Amino acid sequence: MKSVGAAWWFVAPALVVIGVFFVLPVFAALAMSLTDFDIYALADSRNLRLVGLRNYAELLQTPLFWKAFRNTLYFVVVGVPLSIGVSFGAALLLHSRLVRFPGLFRTALFAPVVTTLVAVAVIWRYLFNPHYGLLNYALSRVGVSPIDWLGDPSWAMPAIIVFAVWKNFGYNMIIFLAGLQSIPEPLYEAARIDGASIWRQFRHVTLPMLAPIVTMVNILTIAGYFQLFAEPYVMTQGGPLQSTVSVLYFMYEEGFKWWNLGSASAVAFLLFLFIFAVTAVQLRLARWTHAS
Amino acid sequence: MVGSLDRVSSAPTALSRAVILGVVAALLFGEGCGLSSSPGTVLRFWAMGREGEVVAELLPEFERANPGIRVKVQQLPWTAAHEKLLTAFAGDATPDLCQLGNTWIPELVALDALEPLDRYAAASPIVDAADYFPGIWDTNRVDGTLYGVPWYVDTRLVFYRRDLLTAAGFPDPPRSWPDWRRMLAAIENERSPDRHAILLPLNEFEPLLALALQQDDPLLREDGRWGNFAAPGFRRALAFYLEMFQRRWAPAVADAAISNVWNEFGRGRFVFYVSGPWNIGELRRRLPAHQQDTWMTAPLPGPDGPGASIAGGSSLVVFRASRHQAAAWRLIEFLSQPSVQRRFHALTGDLPPRRDTWRDPGLAADVHARAFRDQLERVRPAPKVPEWERIATEMRLVAERAVRLGLSVDEATRELDARADRILEKRRWILARRGAG
Repeated sequence: MKSVGAAWWFVAPALVVIGVFFVLPVFAALAMSLTDFDIYALADSRNLRLVGLRNYAELLQTPLFWKAFRNTLYFVVVGVPLSIGVSFGAALLLHSRLVRFPGLFRTALFAPVVTTLVAVAVIWRYLFNPHYGLLNYALSRVGVSPIDWLGDPSWAMPAIIVFAVWKNFGYNMIIFLAGLQSIPEPLYEAARIDGASIWRQFRHVTLPMLAPIVTMVNILTIAGYFQLFAEPYVMTQGGPLQSTVSVLYFMYEEGFKWWNLGSASAVAFLLFLFIFAVTAVQLRLARWTHAS
Repeated sequence: MVGSLDRVSSAPTALSRAVILGVVAALLFGEGCGLSSSPGTVLRFWAMGREGEVVAELLPEFERANPGIRVKVQQLPWTAAHEKLLTAFAGDATPDLCQLGNTWIPELVALDALEPLDRYAAASPIVDAADYFPGIWDTNRVDGTLYGVPWYVDTRLVFYRRDLLTAAGFPDPPRSWPDWRRMLAAIENERSPDRHAILLPLNEFEPLLALALQQDDPLLREDGRWGNFAAPGFRRALAFYLEMFQRRWAPAVADAAISNVWNEFGRGRFVFYVSGPWNIGELRRRLPAHQQDTWMTAPLPGPDGPGASIAGGSSLVVFRASRHQAAAWRLIEFLSQPSVQRRFHALTGDLPPRRDTWRDPGLAADVHARAFRDQLERVRPAPKVPEWERIATEMRLVAERAVRLGLSVDEATRELDARADRILEKRRWILARRGAG
């Protein structure tokens, strides 16, 4: 009994911090999402109207919100598999004995994760440039006519995806690499003695052993990619034709550009509910595959 | 990933740091040793971007002339300035005075954050309303009350390649829309594959706004309660704007697709470019010496003769919560003196807001600034409601859709009115309540 009391005292500082800086703001934001808080309300609290669920109802009728939602979904559906695929491929390469200087390559491939987004965005804007860009130059060598990457509404999101995958794949690569290195060598040895090919070793040893890590990486990456913001913010400001406005970018503009904090809070909660639902489905799927 | 928002914030210059240190030292020393009975007034002055860096160089003179007053400058990066001002207001931490983009004045007036300046201006021997360009002065009045004094001005007009225009058969720049149409069509007919007649970046609302401000119809009606985009004036401006894209005089591109607009201008990829005063400095810096004679500025053509343009720029405002308003006004007066404004122009390239300052021989001889001097007599403020910036953004977005997806003028103006009316809903509610109460 006494030790339980002591334990509470030990966690209390952390809990207080979490309570004040996380739980409280979340509930304040929830309350705010039920009002029309804006600069008029900031001037005089009598200008604040309690609007119930009107912010939510209006958002669901706002074409731009749905557009932002579709853009984000597009980014997640294409970007996540691509990102995880590239991470996994890079991790396998680094883990294999084919690679010389693995330390060097590990650092080089991880470097984009720790570089400043704004700085590399400048470089990528040049790579994407329709006239002088390296990307179009490479494509022209194989006979593809120039693409206006950041200026064409149908190409801007693919460009953002390429940029985001390049920027982020190193992080998951390191996690996969750690997972690969923790698979006990005797398992492969046993498989080889049984005459398993490289492919069957991969299929029946590597993949099952990595399954928990794949699930975790999936959940983290999907939740992260749903919160797309900085890439379009620095590359395209949501354009052209709002084809790169993500849900979070929409929320940022609503809240910090136009100061409609009520409506912006509602966007945040809608996004939270959606990510929560997607994560729940993923966990259930993972448990189900594990059981079967 | 994402989530975090990297901001480029400019560090204070050594000079402003020295000023701050000086202030701190003076306070400590004065109080600690009891040498001076009053530590004097410390003015907190927020300035943005380049102006924030440069203004510190002007202040020692002010402090010498006003021994009781010390000025503490804080620089804000433009990207964070709006947010910072609103949070400062929410946290009761507004400065004594501040540089303010003049389109933000209505918003801060709605917050009741600014001190009216009419009585100061009326009594001032230095700030002479009649010497300021009327359009610029007007941006500082909301409902008849003066809330700011113009510091520098910004407007949009035409930059053009004189050599290419002459080669197309026109020795002089356009004065009216019909002139301009003829030139644009002639240049486009030359059929240089990589050349467009004009650049109007789709990520800027200013070119369309400038054309719209040339019209007699206001952009909002009934004291800013409703959008007025379906009125004949705006329809005419939008039709001309869209015509430039439909006839392929202007390429449908945003700034990001151009990378380096000055190089492209130098290469002759476009002949006209609607832009602002900062590009005088940029073009001088970035174009090679042998090309410096090839470009010129001209006032914005209007529907039939020289037209109006946007009254932009920054003003100096005093906050209502300040306890040093008289001292803050003294600083505004100092910065408004023509001699100080000349130095300020030399340091920044910002265009001065009063005619007296423009009489400076250096400025009067500047061939590229001359068109701005002329244009400034014909600038008009955008509608003075707090929601304007958002409405202007919607205007740009709808215009972009009209350019890219081929909305008609009817469809676009109807859509724009609907969006503006939705944004102005809260304003209508507040005005109605104020009227009832």
